[in-house]
Amino acid sequence: MFEVVSNEILAENLHKMVLVAPRIAKARKAGQFVMVRLAQGEERIPLTIGDADPAAGTITLFIQAIGASTRKIVSTPVGGFIRDVAGPLGKETHITNWGRVVCVGGGVGTAVLFPLVKALAEAGNEITTIIGGRSERYVILADELGALSKNLLITTEDGSLGYKGFVTGPLSEMIADPARAPQAVFAVGPVPMMKAVANLTREPGIETIVSLNPIMIDGTGMCGGCRVQVGSETKFACVDGPEFDAHLVDFDGLSDRLTSYRKEEAARHAAEGCKLAKEVAK
Amino acid sequence: MSNDLSPKERMAIDRVHMPELPADERSTNFEEVNLGLSADQALSEAQRCLQCKTRNCVAGCPVGVSIPEFIDALACDDLPKAAKILRGDNALPAVCGRVCPQETQCEALCVRGKKGDAVAIGYLERYVADWAMLHPDRLLKEAKPEATGKSVAVVGCGPAGLTAAGELARMGHQVTIFEALHDTGGVLRYGIPEFRLPKEIIDREVAVLAELGVTIECNVIIGKTLTVAELSEDYDAVFIANGAGLPTMLNIPGENLKGVYAANEFLTRVNLMEAGRREDSATPILQRDEVAVIGGGNTAMDCVRTARRLGAKRAMIIYRRGEAEMPARIEEIKHAKEEGVEFIMLTAPLAIVGTEDGWVSALRCQKMELGPADDSGRRRPQPVADSEFDIPAGIVINAVGTNANPLLTATAPDLKLNKWGNVVADEEGQTSIPGVFAGGDIVRGGATVILAMGDGKRAAAAIDQYLKR
Ligand SMILES: Cc1cc2nc3c(=O)[nH]c(=O)nc-3n(C[C@H](O)[C@H](O)[C@H](O)COP(=O)(O)OP(=O)(O)OC[C@H]3O[C@@H](n4cnc5c(N)ncnc54)[C@H](O)[C@@H]3O)c2cc1C
Ligand SMILES: Cc1cc2nc3c(=O)[nH]c(=O)nc-3n(C[C@H](O)[C@H](O)[C@H](O)COP(=O)(O)OP(=O)(O)OC[C@H]3O[C@@H](n4cnc5c(N)ncnc54)[C@H](O)[C@@H]3O)c2cc1C
Ligand code: SF4
Ligand code: SF4
Ligand code: FES
Ligand SMILES: [Mg+2]
Repeated sequence: MFEVVSNEILAENLHKMVLVAPRIAKARKAGQFVMVRLAQGEERIPLTIGDADPAAGTITLFIQAIGASTRKIVSTPVGGFIRDVAGPLGKETHITNWGRVVCVGGGVGTAVLFPLVKALAEAGNEITTIIGGRSERYVILADELGALSKNLLITTEDGSLGYKGFVTGPLSEMIADPARAPQAVFAVGPVPMMKAVANLTREPGIETIVSLNPIMIDGTGMCGGCRVQVGSETKFACVDGPEFDAHLVDFDGLSDRLTSYRKEEAARHAAEGCKLAKEVAK
Repeated sequence: MSNDLSPKERMAIDRVHMPELPADERSTNFEEVNLGLSADQALSEAQRCLQCKTRNCVAGCPVGVSIPEFIDALACDDLPKAAKILRGDNALPAVCGRVCPQETQCEALCVRGKKGDAVAIGYLERYVADWAMLHPDRLLKEAKPEATGKSVAVVGCGPAGLTAAGELARMGHQVTIFEALHDTGGVLRYGIPEFRLPKEIIDREVAVLAELGVTIECNVIIGKTLTVAELSEDYDAVFIANGAGLPTMLNIPGENLKGVYAANEFLTRVNLMEAGRREDSATPILQRDEVAVIGGGNTAMDCVRTARRLGAKRAMIIYRRGEAEMPARIEEIKHAKEEGVEFIMLTAPLAIVGTEDGWVSALRCQKMELGPADDSGRRRPQPVADSEFDIPAGIVINAVGTNANPLLTATAPDLKLNKWGNVVADEEGQTSIPGVFAGGDIVRGGATVILAMGDGKRAAAAIDQYLKR
């Protein structure tokens, strides 16, 4: 059992949750994740370890409540428990001093980006962080990421904050400017965003790393469900990743496999919604 | 009661038939298929045993169960004694009685099998073990061992780990099992379906360990949460039993289409996560009318029979060789057929064909014929020219096998591996690191429950010796 010691709402449907998990807090490295199962009978889902405090024995998760499992997890109150948290899983991020690095985050990917930016900053990189959201309300962790970065650029689709448009806008400007062009790019977010970033950096040959989010069950390499096509190889994201060379990833294949259970997920989402509504009505 | 029939009288008794759920009834649910023998059936079957002095059957059992002795106790209606004998040789008799490939092990060497039917050793083993589970108060008490003050870490809660833990606890050592998943049992829980092995059996076996004082910590991944080196520091010895691991990919086109599963994923969703078994299960599973399962082993049979139970109208086994070459237990093949599973033999997959929006629509295959025998003595299948054809399928399941699990070994550089990534261990389970032992599928590659248990038992004895030094 893993106790919830804090549960904050950062933006609509986005929670920052701190759990007591001393062994994981001690062992984890940037880029790794945990498999979480709220209670008996619930799903196992992967969540990135956003941060950790080995001294306090806690880990931080940033959770976007988008479906039945994530919604139930974020509704666990402080003092409540999560039954199963296993990790740290996946390979740690390969961190070196590249020089100029751009870190790109979209949606909940911004939260996943946080431990990367932290580790890259500690390794002495000069970091420009570009984060985007639909509108101002969805831009998260700007202060935290700003403190670790030389530059922080914000984009919103409706222009309510920062640049109007997508994260790729400022990124392509930087790439075009020899004085600002990065040596490496890290991108975490929705698959179309990561694909767009990969397309921008492929031509100029800028090393680009993405953190992939395929459907996982065990997270330990046992089931093969999280496979993604990377170049000519089939990789299991939970053991070989989740980070890969963006220029080799088959993003379309990944996107497509992510829709495998859309129908079933929608049904469960609706059913859980009804249950919730009934309970509220009581 | 005594067991003093003449050989002639014994020979006159016919082999018992295991009562089963009717095929049409069971193929829609996950109830156990084999119902177990009645007391009369068990007694009569026990009397068929000739009590041979040569004990041929025992040589066929990887852990050397005292077969004639436990059967004799059963025939004398002394169930507590039968249970005690069985327990002494086999830590998980209720499991082995259900899933051992008896026909190639103990029963293969039974003298009665030379002319007619072998004694149903597996059924009798199951009978005694099930009786013992229901009558804990009538079992002969085990003496509580004196604590040795030594501690052992066991990695993995499958049959090898469970067996080693039980043995070590009975020797008085303090044992902690670390398990990566959120539940116990290894393949017994996430792989083998309930209709062959009810989860309750695993729960009971685990409860026995808890009573012996074994601690089980789930959600701890050795190699990630803690390393082998850390375990070596905190414990006096370590036993690694983390199983086989990664599914082998087919490496044919279309493998990433939606609706293509590796056997482990399909079975884990249904068995461990209850997908499709509980109406409102949180974990989803696809259900389609046509399901093609590639492979001929126990895993393939489990997948295809599971698919049938989830509602497939056509549940098919696609296998490269002929039925006689299938490695699955004969009983599983028989049950699958009764349940309406189609066997498409001498057929090899070439590609998985999909729809425009990325769903599986068919398995493209090629006919095979058996050529001359290869090194393994099995006749090698070879393709028949121009014999390609498509089998319509909404789900394709790959059940061809597994590779070694690299999670633990990746962070244990001193642990010697063979070229396939399996841990190298000697007969007693000793690895290249002093005080670190290993057994089960991580050493052997995909094998059997009883071999894994045998490894656990031998390693426990070796660990005990090591700790006494
Ligand atoms: C390595 C990794 C790290 C991740 N880190 C985070 C994180 O830090 N914060 C966060 O909010 N989300 C993270 N995710 C995504 C998160 O796991 C999914 O959003 C979550 O599983 C959705 O579950 P649900 O039941 O709430 O929604 P559902 O309605 O069931 O699913 C919504 C969508 O989520 C995806 N999904 C569903 N089940 C799974 C699954 N078992 N594994 C992966 N994706 C699934 C599918 O695209 C699906 O359509 C991560 C995913 C991976 C693979
Ligand atoms: C579907 C299927 C059907 C089968 N049917 C039969 C049958 O009918 N008869 C038969 O005899 N055999 C059968 N087998 C084979 C048999 O189940 C295995 O040979 C046996 O389970 C191996 O036991 P084990 O203890 O070595 O490993 P496993 O049973 O694989 O257990 C290993 C355990 O270790 C855990 N683990 C893995 N990595 C780590 C880690 N890093 N840290 C901590 N824990 C870890 C795993 O989660 C698992 O619980 C079948 C196998 C499958 C897959
Ligand atoms: S353990 Fe398996 S092989 Fe040994 S006697 Fe029992 S059923 Fe036969
Ligand atoms: S070989 Fe067969 S008949 Fe002889 S003791 Fe063993 S089980 Fe009995
Ligand atoms: S989630 Fe099962 S292999 Fe990666
Ligand atoms: Mg879900």
